[in-house]
Amino acid sequence: MNKSVYDSPKQVEDINRHILTILVDNEPGVLARVVGMFSGRGYNIDSLNVAEVNNQHLSRITIVTHGTKEVIYQIQSQLMRIVPVHSVSNLDKEDSSVEAEVALVNMFINEKNKKEAFQICDLYRARKIENENNTVIFEIAGTSQRIDTFIKDISKITEIEVVRSGPVAISSIQKNEEEK
Amino acid sequence: MTDNITGAEIVLKSLTEQGVEVVFGYPGGAVLPIYDSLFKQNSIRHILVRQEAGAIHAAEGYARSSGKIGVVLVTSGPGATNVVTGLTDSMMDSIPIVCITGQVPQHLIGSDAFQECDTTGITRPCTKHNYLVKDVNKLSSVFHEAFSIAANGRPGPVLIDIPKDIQFAKGNYQSSKEVKIDSHRLFEPKIRANDQNIEEATKLIANAKKPIFYIGGGCINSGPKASQLVTKFVEETKAPATMTLMGLGVIGAKNKYSLGMLGMHGMYEANMAMHECDVMINIGARFDDRVTGRLDAFAPNSKKIHIDIDPSNINKTIKIDVPIIGDIESVMNQIFSSWENNNYKSQKEDLIKWWNKIEEWKKIDCLNYDQGEGSIKPQHAIKRLYELTKDKKTFITTEVGQHQMWAAQYYKFEEPNRWLTSGGLGTMGYGFPAAIGAQIANPDSLVVDIAGDASILMNIQEMSTAVQHRLPVKIFILNNEYMGMVRQWQELLHGGRYSESYTDSLPDFVKLAESFKAKGLRAKNVNELDDVILQMISSKETVIADIWVDKEENCFPMIQSGSAHNEMLLNKYQKQDETSAEKGKVLV
Repeated sequence: MNKSVYDSPKQVEDINRHILTILVDNEPGVLARVVGMFSGRGYNIDSLNVAEVNNQHLSRITIVTHGTKEVIYQIQSQLMRIVPVHSVSNLDKEDSSVEAEVALVNMFINEKNKKEAFQICDLYRARKIENENNTVIFEIAGTSQRIDTFIKDISKITEIEVVRSGPVAISSIQKNEEEK
Repeated sequence: MTDNITGAEIVLKSLTEQGVEVVFGYPGGAVLPIYDSLFKQNSIRHILVRQEAGAIHAAEGYARSSGKIGVVLVTSGPGATNVVTGLTDSMMDSIPIVCITGQVPQHLIGSDAFQECDTTGITRPCTKHNYLVKDVNKLSSVFHEAFSIAANGRPGPVLIDIPKDIQFAKGNYQSSKEVKIDSHRLFEPKIRANDQNIEEATKLIANAKKPIFYIGGGCINSGPKASQLVTKFVEETKAPATMTLMGLGVIGAKNKYSLGMLGMHGMYEANMAMHECDVMINIGARFDDRVTGRLDAFAPNSKKIHIDIDPSNINKTIKIDVPIIGDIESVMNQIFSSWENNNYKSQKEDLIKWWNKIEEWKKIDCLNYDQGEGSIKPQHAIKRLYELTKDKKTFITTEVGQHQMWAAQYYKFEEPNRWLTSGGLGTMGYGFPAAIGAQIANPDSLVVDIAGDASILMNIQEMSTAVQHRLPVKIFILNNEYMGMVRQWQELLHGGRYSESYTDSLPDFVKLAESFKAKGLRAKNVNELDDVILQMISSKETVIADIWVDKEENCFPMIQSGSAHNEMLLNKYQKQDETSAEKGKVLV
């Protein structure tokens, strides 16, 4: 349940995956502050995404982490102590959000497996990206789960190399105050 | 807006506008322009220390004894790295500090220049916030924001790193009125608490059969009014109250509802009452591991109310039934009005039973010791110091170790802000510079650093500072030639193998004092003790009183690591049970 040096009462809470979306001032060192809080206090980051949101000098950090309810609450309130942090929302509350991630997949295709591989890509609506070196690179977007199954299926057919972005997510209920 | 003054002048102007009277510092290459501006003005006093660690601990002592913000000025590289311990210390104990560090000029940043270090990188986790200023026109607004952040909500240290070229560059000064700070940057501390939670809390308190107040340093940070309100509410409910190491003084030690300190070396009755309570009211404390002992046996049958300004303290280690987030002064006012509106009264008969039980525990007399003749018991030394100084306005600082715990147990504090000790970080070497800071803030008061022979050597160079500034600080060394607390743990947990805990080749502290042109005193025998204390407190000089105490005295009562509140050791003849001892060994 917690980070005390002492044994804590028996853990009864489930450990779940959570997506935290953090709105911050876009200033030097802000990412280090956020990431440093996680490493310094021993929390895990499963994936991390950061980009400027608009021209208001704000950035959005999306972090996927896991933990019990208490741990996630603790992470959220520790994040709120960081001065350039505007808001922290947990997007996993009651399926109220939509998430997506992008993966780029480089495939080592030959005449034998080409047809089958392309069929799978079609099935998953992966998009072929033309490039100067004529290598076969597909782009797929969607939930992390969907990308997982795509990778599982395609790697049965051909050797691949994958780069994933980690998910970003947005609340599907209403727009966040800060962005209005 | 004032145009075209140098960055260094902006620094001084900002400090003056923020009402800073004293800066603790040490010059060096990367802050020379600021020191030059300091030279040209008269409103701010600079206290030159002998090592930067001394500067920041002095600033902490200044802040804690006065309620003002402590200001530190040091150079780049080693100047900055030497304040890291003090920054961490003030972060842990929530002390408002603004620390100014010099930095190499911007074009050299990243080139491993002489005395360059990544100051903002190093201090990020040990400050509330820090800045590397890259635009001289933003310097004044950074300062104004820094002072707000340091003092606002849960206080803490803020660091401003200023490259040397910025100190020379000319720019505009903005007054604090012209600077608008975005509210989220002060993380909008909640002052007023949620009314529903207040109602829940007062109802719980009114119906409690065995309530206890558990009071921490947050009450002191909230201001003297908060301590008065807390005391008033404790008296209204007639419930027992115990204080943490940081909270000593919130309720006067002589108050009949005070059970004294709780925790690892706390009072037997306080810990037993915590263990058996049915409603716990935590006001401004944070369930530190020194207080809770083993968590699965911590106040097992209680409902817990937690009042704190920092939401991250809620449910951090202990599950809370009624969380109340807000500033203690304002929360206590809300609690009072709810208590009165509902016409609540405490459960009189239950409380009589509860107090009878507590009186039984008190009979154990856990602070009992046997002085006898001859050598001085350390407990007795503190007790005499208290008796002979209690009628003066006295500030006590400590280093860290056995002497610190004895001071907390045997010195009785009647008011907040009089007791300055490193609680969270446990920094040896804190007490003497903190005493210097407290003496600067309170020039006419008696300031005593209760020290150990090992701790005092960690910042002994500050003798020079104390003498230079004619500060009549008193250093009261309980000298047992050991790192006493290390030795005690080695005795209890490591089979009495005193690995490296004996301090050989100690200086002659009397001669050491004299070599700094201070006064040195010594007591070896119990019949010399009072005389030495009286000489010490009547002297107008800096004094070291070297009190030779029993070398192998242990600090009791004690909850050993891995044990619970009701498993205290009261003397050296008792032993921790084996399974707890094995588990406890790996803890600190």
